Amino acid sequence: MQLENTGVSIVSAVLFSPLVGVLVLLFWPRLTDKQVRIATLINTLVTFAFSLLMLSQFDSSKGMQMEQVDEWIAGLGIYYHVGVDGISIWLVMLTTFIMPIAVLASWTGIEEKVRLFHGFLLLLEVAMVGVFVSLDLFLFYIFWEVSLVPMYFMIGMWGSKDKVDFFGREMEARIYAAVKFFLYTVAGSILMLLAILYVGNKAETFDFMLIRDLMRSGQLVFTEETERLLFVGFFIAFAIKVPVWPLHSWLPDAHVQAPTAGSIILAGVLLKLGTYGLVRYNLEFFPNAAIDFAPYIGALAVIGIIYGAWVSYAQTDVKKLVAYSSVSHLGFVVLGIFAMNSAGIQGAVLQMVNHGVSTGGLFLLVGMLYERRHTKAINAFGGLWKIMPIYSGFALVIALSSMGLPGLNGFVGEFTILVGSAGSDTLDIWYTVLATIGIILAAVYILFMFNKVFMGPVTKQENQELEDLTWGGNWYELSALVALTVVIFVIGLYPKPFFELMDGAVGDLVAQLDATLQVAMK
Amino acid sequence: MLESSPVAIELYVLLSAVLFVMGTLGVLLRRNAILIFMSIELMLNSANLALVAFARQWNTIDGHLMVFFVITVAAAEVAVGLALIVAIYRTKKSISIDDLHKFEG
Amino acid sequence: MENVLTAVPLVVFIPLAGMLINLFFGKYFGEFGVGFIGVTASGLAFVVAALLWAGLRDNNFEAVVVNPPLFDGWISIPSANLEIPWQFRVDTLSVTMMLVVSGVGTLIHLYAVGYMHGDPRFPRFFVYLNLFLVFMMTLVTGNNILMMFVGWEGVGLCSYLLIGFWFDKSRVFPDGVSEGWKNSNAARKAMIVNRIGDFGVLLAIFLTFWTFGTLDFYKPDEQPIGGHAEEAEEHALVIASTDEVIAEEEHDLSNMGFLNQAQVLLSDGEEHQVKFGSVDLSLKAIVTLITLLMLLGAAGKSAQIPLFVWLPDAMAGPTPVSALIHAATMVTAGVYMMVRANVLFHHAEVSSFIVTVIGATTAIMAGFIAVGQWDVKKVLAYSTVSQLGFMVAAVGLGAYAAAIFHLVTHAFFKALLFLASGSIIHGMEHGHHHSHDSHHAHHEEEFDPQDMRTMGGLRRKMPITYWTYVIGTFALAGIFPFAGFWSKDEILADSFRVFWDEGELKGIFALMLLITAAGFTAFYMWRQVSLVFYGEPRHEAGEHASESSLLMTLPLMILAVLSIFGGFLNTPSDLPLLTDLFGAHKFTDWLGHSVVNAHAGEFLWWLALGALGVAVFAIFAARQLYADETTSTVRITGDPLARNPQTSQAFALANAKLLWDEMYFKYLENPFNVASRFLADRVDWQFWHDFFHHNIVYLPFDQGAKGISGNVDKVVIDKGIMMVFARGPWEIARRVRRVQTGFVRIYALTILLGTVLVMIAILFPDIRDILGI
Repeated sequence: MQLENTGVSIVSAVLFSPLVGVLVLLFWPRLTDKQVRIATLINTLVTFAFSLLMLSQFDSSKGMQMEQVDEWIAGLGIYYHVGVDGISIWLVMLTTFIMPIAVLASWTGIEEKVRLFHGFLLLLEVAMVGVFVSLDLFLFYIFWEVSLVPMYFMIGMWGSKDKVDFFGREMEARIYAAVKFFLYTVAGSILMLLAILYVGNKAETFDFMLIRDLMRSGQLVFTEETERLLFVGFFIAFAIKVPVWPLHSWLPDAHVQAPTAGSIILAGVLLKLGTYGLVRYNLEFFPNAAIDFAPYIGALAVIGIIYGAWVSYAQTDVKKLVAYSSVSHLGFVVLGIFAMNSAGIQGAVLQMVNHGVSTGGLFLLVGMLYERRHTKAINAFGGLWKIMPIYSGFALVIALSSMGLPGLNGFVGEFTILVGSAGSDTLDIWYTVLATIGIILAAVYILFMFNKVFMGPVTKQENQELEDLTWGGNWYELSALVALTVVIFVIGLYPKPFFELMDGAVGDLVAQLDATLQVAMK
Repeated sequence: MLESSPVAIELYVLLSAVLFVMGTLGVLLRRNAILIFMSIELMLNSANLALVAFARQWNTIDGHLMVFFVITVAAAEVAVGLALIVAIYRTKKSISIDDLHKFEG
Repeated sequence: MENVLTAVPLVVFIPLAGMLINLFFGKYFGEFGVGFIGVTASGLAFVVAALLWAGLRDNNFEAVVVNPPLFDGWISIPSANLEIPWQFRVDTLSVTMMLVVSGVGTLIHLYAVGYMHGDPRFPRFFVYLNLFLVFMMTLVTGNNILMMFVGWEGVGLCSYLLIGFWFDKSRVFPDGVSEGWKNSNAARKAMIVNRIGDFGVLLAIFLTFWTFGTLDFYKPDEQPIGGHAEEAEEHALVIASTDEVIAEEEHDLSNMGFLNQAQVLLSDGEEHQVKFGSVDLSLKAIVTLITLLMLLGAAGKSAQIPLFVWLPDAMAGPTPVSALIHAATMVTAGVYMMVRANVLFHHAEVSSFIVTVIGATTAIMAGFIAVGQWDVKKVLAYSTVSQLGFMVAAVGLGAYAAAIFHLVTHAFFKALLFLASGSIIHGMEHGHHHSHDSHHAHHEEEFDPQDMRTMGGLRRKMPITYWTYVIGTFALAGIFPFAGFWSKDEILADSFRVFWDEGELKGIFALMLLITAAGFTAFYMWRQVSLVFYGEPRHEAGEHASESSLLMTLPLMILAVLSIFGGFLNTPSDLPLLTDLFGAHKFTDWLGHSVVNAHAGEFLWWLALGALGVAVFAIFAARQLYADETTSTVRITGDPLARNPQTSQAFALANAKLLWDEMYFKYLENPFNVASRFLADRVDWQFWHDFFHHNIVYLPFDQGAKGISGNVDKVVIDKGIMMVFARGPWEIARRVRRVQTGFVRIYALTILLGTVLVMIAILFPDIRDILGI
């Protein structure tokens, strides 16, 4: 089978426009730090504008669209093939939306090697968008691995100044975290590479659309054994990235050590590479194995929901608390995906966006505090509401969104996921019951954090003089928070268009899964 | 159109062979570097003679061409070779090749 | 007149506008401006609600569903058949709630302008109050259970914000905890305990969706099946049409809200099986589950056993908040939800039984605890819990109209009592300041303006507060003809009817417990009145206390009037004079248009007289018992009940709040915290992050790497393989290089010999063959 080359698509523009910035930052002779920041900000905003343009051209009645195909390595059936459907478009939007916020978050926080840092940021954006839009397994894998490199350096070079005791010798905690992050992720992706090579070999192409057609038409069939192995190959790579309990050990290290922008991107987008992969590849390619494994993966997800929430309640470091809350939140996403029905998967996709916005926001808030007080210990604060009322107002909204308050975005996602899992054919009703307990626990740890940091009387002298947000003083912080808050309200109050756009793609996927399920149940 | 030569080709070849053997013996037996050099020239020219002879015999131009090449290369070789000999003499105060075995394995 | 009904979104949007104006511009307005906007927003919402009431009457009491502007949908997933719109429902039940919320709300807003005077965060208080109205209105007007849930959680949020409103108070209590932290933690407790209830509501929502395929109570063009407006006009009694009638009619279930679907399916006498996902149960079982889960939610929001523990702590909030949220409106949301779902409860006998038991037990338990409290607001808080128990029990007994009736009257008199207690606290605080100013404050002893032991004698200092308080007390205690008498009596009569006519155990159970609880109510209320108002002041603060401003007393007087006459909304039939004046069962009739199982209770003379007798007896008992205490002029130290050996243990138990908090701490909270730290520190960090990661993942890798570089690499690779690959060639080379003599002539000779050999090979083909070249 062959694909015809097409013209240039807007998707490529979104994908490569940050590369312009990378080149400018690489070769422009003299740039002050401020110019670097402004240039990067403009670049990310332009990319966001491109993605909005892409969104406006999106036709919800069609499946995969705005595709671009160019022959690349013809002999192996490898193409440069990109495109978006109702699922990936929201993740692209999330990425392009989070990036300007990440730039604003590092406006004053990053002072060394500014140019390099922003170059990495933009490179990371290319890689992340690439993962979401690539429709060729080979291309996907390349972007997947490329996304590791900038993040590795961001953690390792601009991370915290903490020291960690490593077998008796002192070590830079950020180096430890960066290496751990890199090794865990790479270890997983090697299995995925094997699986990709196997699938590509068998199908004689690496093109996602072609393979999908082959599978749907029954021309490409794996034995039960093989399908399970391939499923596991993909799953482990994605599960480490998500991270699915118990593969989360790298996450608190990476989050705590990363600079603010790094944490925002890590929580906001990078973790979604994993969940996106689960929807895109595991469910699409290996439905039988997915159905077989669903109860087990669902169990891991539920354990993750409760465990993550429970563990984060006991944290003394704000950033670590938020990091563990990610384990809990992404448990919901995984649960929704393996509910394998429309509500579950659509909720999961929306929750990916929601988590990016609200947890990204939480990391942003923590970063602001850290810049002011140079500590992340929960005990160091208290009563901030009195001193920084505007900041605390935003913190309240974002915390509530993370907690899943109805009317804000988190609830819409969690609710749809749980509706899906309650009626799921693959998951027992008890999964939903236990996951709903996770919603109680979310209130427990979020309010614990909020109370300790923002409420109570002000007892520490250092906190008396903290600077609140103003348009004149720190517009970059305020604008980032305003943008996040707007999205939180929009998704919370009017998520209809979001679901509308993804309905076609998810409906299509679910129809396939249903067919498989019907066969499996007989 | 060239006439065929009144002299038999065999004579040219014989002369060439004699000259070549003389050159070879010179290279192998002489110790003076300059003499060895001259012997090499002798060998080259014996080969030239054979080439020209055969070229005339078969009425082609290839042999002539080759001869010109050889002459040119020989000239260059002489220039380099003599320069080397001069340089060696300056350092070693000798041009006997038996004194020169620095590249022994 | 249906046009008027489409104005219903305004009840949400007007307070929203007020909230936004105060949020963004409040700091420029000053107290008057902020208060004006807040009160106006609330008042306009009340006007709209009143218009809706009129409009509904003109619309023949038929419910109308209104879409809001701009938002043409909310959660909508066509491929999952999940369609949850933003839709407002105007029916008699929602309008009742709207009127109560905005009516009582407006009075409390007005009161708060006076009460919060001088607070540095004055604008924010009104932002929160208006936000509360937004959510409360969303709760009561939502046409689907999820929209109700938005309001449900939203009012919880406002409750959190308002309980913790004074989060920064630095006064330190004797136990070493500052007041700010107490307030903050009370706020957190409220939210978390409510979340436990929300767990139930959420699960109920999931089950409802998969059972009925919709979350709408009723679809837009649908009227509740079972309650018929025509009947209501003809008879004094609204009789829910019988199951047989419903079963005979033809119904298209696919276009029905879940309440009608349940009504039709549960009335036809057949067994229905519900199958989705892994669930395979009979419809009856599912409905029982849904109602029990709803009960859990109601237990959280309406402070029932076992989740009531947050409400007494919630008194940490400013008093207007206690009145509005924690007495009159928000805490009744659970009752509202159960009444809204009366179709389900009506058909779920097991659930109804449990609801009755929970409600009645809560009523008596909280009434008992209230007797042993010293804090003026704590008494009222437990009283609220107790009264909510009455309402919940009424739901369990099937007396839905009585539950809502009691909800309404309770909103009047409990708001009154709370506001009056706020006035008392205000008076005591001012008196305290005043006495300090005049005496130059040489004694800095801890002064608690809410402690009844230090009060006394306020009757003369604060006459309006006193009289309104007494009216509220009479209403709450169920004295004829105050509001509480009628509503409480209706619940009691219904429990008797359930026992006598239907022979159900829960009837007599509820009757006994509720009458006892009513006795407790009268007792602790008069105990409070005696301690607060009678006798002589027991503290100089009381001596210097003065009546609050008109801003605060005006709402008191209005609420007092409502507490006196509110009961006549639903006068029983066949009463001389009163029935002629106020009509019979007006309220039940009105409610019957939306609450299909509403029915009017009979008025039982002997029961009403008996309950009245219990209340009067309790009041006299309290009066006698506390007569001695009121004559004291110093802070009293003990209660007469505690001094009496027969009652001292009971009083100690009541005073210790039956140790609920302590037990929760010991058996739930503390284990949770310990487990949390254990999981986080030991399991996740020390074991999983450090031990497992280091010892199982990292160390073997590291040691393996060291092993490879140390032994494998140095010995095998370096010494072994290198011998073969490096040493061998080297040896060979060592020998072979002898050939290189450095003598040019030898090279030349070699070349010659080689040439000769080649020539031989070329010239002699035979030799070539032999050599095999």
